[in-house]
Amino acid sequence: MVQLTLPKNSKVTRGKTWNKPSGKGNWKEFRIYRWTPDDGKNPHLDTYWINTDECGPMVLDALIKIKNEIDQTLTFRRSCREGICGSCSMNIDGTNTLACLKAISDVSGAVKIYPLPHMDVVRDLVPDLTHFYAQHRSIEPWLKTDTPTPPTEWKQSRDDREVLDGLYECILCACCSTSCPSYWWNSDRYLGPAILLQAYRWVNDSRDEATGERLDNLEDPFRLYRCHTILNCTRACPKGLNPAKAIAELKKLMVERRV
Amino acid sequence: MSDVRAAAGNANRPMSPHLQVYRPLINMVMSILHRMTGVALYFGFILLAWWLTAAAVGADYFNYVNGIFGSLLGKVVMFGFTWALLHHMMGGIRHFIWDTCRGLDIGSVKMLSFMTGFVSVIGTLLIWAAVGFAG
Repeated sequence: MVQLTLPKNSKVTRGKTWNKPSGKGNWKEFRIYRWTPDDGKNPHLDTYWINTDECGPMVLDALIKIKNEIDQTLTFRRSCREGICGSCSMNIDGTNTLACLKAISDVSGAVKIYPLPHMDVVRDLVPDLTHFYAQHRSIEPWLKTDTPTPPTEWKQSRDDREVLDGLYECILCACCSTSCPSYWWNSDRYLGPAILLQAYRWVNDSRDEATGERLDNLEDPFRLYRCHTILNCTRACPKGLNPAKAIAELKKLMVERRV
Repeated sequence: MSDVRAAAGNANRPMSPHLQVYRPLINMVMSILHRMTGVALYFGFILLAWWLTAAAVGADYFNYVNGIFGSLLGKVVMFGFTWALLHHMMGGIRHFIWDTCRGLDIGSVKMLSFMTGFVSVIGTLLIWAAVGFAG
């Protein structure tokens, strides 16, 4: 359902300033969303200052530096620090991306960091992705076949394998889905761009034999057709994939199989 | 959504900011305007129907309604109606292109979104310049 404003317990208030620029160097301001379930307070925006001369180039480097040197309670997900695990997805400078792939120098002025939009916050920059993963499971993201399993592997030609380029690289960071206003308003029933990209990936797999069944499951006013081609998804994807195009192709397949 | 949130034990968790913090990318702004102009047209066409009905009723009533539309306020509304119509039409063409799976790379998305706004504004001004010349 469309609700343009935040619920009362979610309104963001001003937080505290943890440190000030001290000494020479290039100081950059970071304003970061904080919330803990422990104190009963509303979320607030805390301020930290980082000397970028003594910090790695990426926003994730700054977050780790803050956690190491200024405020150990700051909570965020991270793992690979090179854009392959998808853990450090968050809203930086107004768009969703991976903190490890976003250069601090790309942001003019203060770096504002929020959790992925319109999600339930577990703590600070950590959103609850349970529902997102459940939606991924609902499209059955695995090979489905009727023919007997071959003695060796399921074979695929180079050309058939190439069809999956631009689809299989998704790391399920949820940047695209949580950038989508349609997903904000209807995430209970709309699958969202990340999951639909994966649905298209399995529809397109030459080895898969459940194409019709997969399309049947998407033929629904909400699951697929809540996409209104707003295209925030494609602009958000830190891997350069194009969920909007995958969804447009799915809609086209729906029409083509009927004519 | 409340059912889903409650099931996950999330009832007390805050919702992270969305519209409040997301950068107004031109594709998103044009999508919102497409929806808003669509709603505006709904009311605009009621006005058009009123005007046509007045013409069917008779000369006196038509002159009365036509006078309202010709007033300053009426012209402002008509100007807005013209823009909403053009904007919604350009948005419709843009969506038609996208529905054929073309123009979905980021460069084309930005260009098509920009053109929707640009052409609708220029077109509205041109139409009203022409109407102005015609008296």
